[in-house]
Amino acid sequence: MITAEKSISVLDVEAIRKQFPILNRKVKGKPLIYLDNAATSQKPQVVLDALMEYYTGYNANIHRGIHTLAEEATAAFEATRDAVRNFIGASAREEIIFTKGTTESINLVSSTWGRANINTGDEIIISAMEHHSNIVPWQILCEEKGGILKVIPVNDEGEFSLEDFSSLISDRTKLVSIVHVSNALGTINPVKEMIKLAHRAGAVVFVDGAQSSVHLDINVQDLNCDFFGFSGHKVYGPTGVGVLYGKKHILEAMPVFMGGGEMIREVSFEKTTYNDLPYKFEAGTPNIADVVAFKAALDFVNGIGKDKIAGHEDALLAYATGQLQQIEGLTVIGRAVHKAGVLSFIIKGVHPQDMGIILDNNGIAVRTGHHCAQPLMTCYNIPGTIRASFAVYNTFSEIDMLVAGIKKAIRLLL
Amino acid sequence: MSGSATIQDTEEEIIEEFALFDSWDDKYEYIIDLGKKLEVLDEQYKTDNNRVRGCQSTVWLAAFYKDSNITYKADSDAIIVKGLISMLIRVLSGHTPDEILDAKLGFIQTIGMTSHLAQTRSNGLLSMVRQMKNYALAFKAKTQN
Repeated sequence: MITAEKSISVLDVEAIRKQFPILNRKVKGKPLIYLDNAATSQKPQVVLDALMEYYTGYNANIHRGIHTLAEEATAAFEATRDAVRNFIGASAREEIIFTKGTTESINLVSSTWGRANINTGDEIIISAMEHHSNIVPWQILCEEKGGILKVIPVNDEGEFSLEDFSSLISDRTKLVSIVHVSNALGTINPVKEMIKLAHRAGAVVFVDGAQSSVHLDINVQDLNCDFFGFSGHKVYGPTGVGVLYGKKHILEAMPVFMGGGEMIREVSFEKTTYNDLPYKFEAGTPNIADVVAFKAALDFVNGIGKDKIAGHEDALLAYATGQLQQIEGLTVIGRAVHKAGVLSFIIKGVHPQDMGIILDNNGIAVRTGHHCAQPLMTCYNIPGTIRASFAVYNTFSEIDMLVAGIKKAIRLLL
Repeated sequence: MSGSATIQDTEEEIIEEFALFDSWDDKYEYIIDLGKKLEVLDEQYKTDNNRVRGCQSTVWLAAFYKDSNITYKADSDAIIVKGLISMLIRVLSGHTPDEILDAKLGFIQTIGMTSHLAQTRSNGLLSMVRQMKNYALAFKAKTQN
């Protein structure tokens, strides 16, 4: 096991913490311990500065204006697109579409590619550990087009097997949409192997990277996925910015999503022609400020190095797992061999909501409930879990405080 | 007027009790204790009709009408929610539909439990209060017919 000392030697967590103003605040009179990073991460000062600089320095609508402010805003907006391209290893900037989050990225694909390609009897494969956002859009599509949704079962450890996946693939499989890292369990799924298997059957693959984009090094060309979606706010960026990556030839063939604004080339009442990629999918004035500031978040991550961040988070997860498992009555939910950033657990006789309230009284923010993965909770026959999720600024002493908080809550509740 | 203490009187009592606590842990320890002591709701009343849906915890709430007054009984799988219900029952039970419908329930804010009234899906205090008032409205309509 990696020790606290070793991790600190590769990462100066105290220096990193100083860049996050919110970590100085108190909750119910106690120093904030923020362990709800899988829901959203906190934002470093550079991101806050970028937002303020945009609004105080060069706020303007992009792409059309010829004045200085519009040019500066456009340049900054498009610079984020290049930064995202680098961040996920896409081959071209045209493959990066800005959305408002992973959910919109999935809905964009289900509404456009899905409507054009899914017909009666066609099959879509997802897994039992998907977030509602990677279930419901496909259900809506299947209902509308007569498609069939197939679900890969998850075992007690919180993993699924490639054999089970393979057995669901048929000549009617058109799409596989799979979560890269489970938000409820932390499981890292073998997406690269799955993509190979799916491609062999002629299916396209959407990878839900909402959790993986902050914990793992992402290279969409190496994965060879057809689509990849993630959210800026989970990668230290502002809320309201998401990314849809798609292979260029697939995006080019896809019908448009929303009409209006930047997505058009020429409009007449008889016929409208659409703009080229990526603008074809970016109707209306986009979320300029947050997209601009998102680059500062990506620079922040790159500045530390994703490998170092992952090393620190893995050490936190291993330490927390070891400590929590010593608590009587506590069961870790999700014991996959490969996990990232998330520790979900239940305690005998304790409702997760009660635990969440007591921890909050002690300044500790965790998530409790079904984590928008109700079908998964049904698999485990539990109403929900308590989830601690880690980020670059979390410390080993915060985990000690979490353990103390849990023990105190158990004393109060049982 | 029903009973000896008004809704306002009971609210004042609870506010005074909470004034004795100087930490959040103490407040919640008391609420947890109330939850543990809440009179058991008979299994026959744990029906889908009596279920108040929150996102995380399940609450069952039953109401009984006798001699112009309403009595509430409830249960939950989460103990803090149960404690909060226990206080609501203490305040509202034994009063007439009109008194219940007029209740402002300001004590919730005064004792610092407003967060449980927030419009989030994580807790159901707001839906519980609404449900209790709905029962009052229903009984009122029934008696007027």
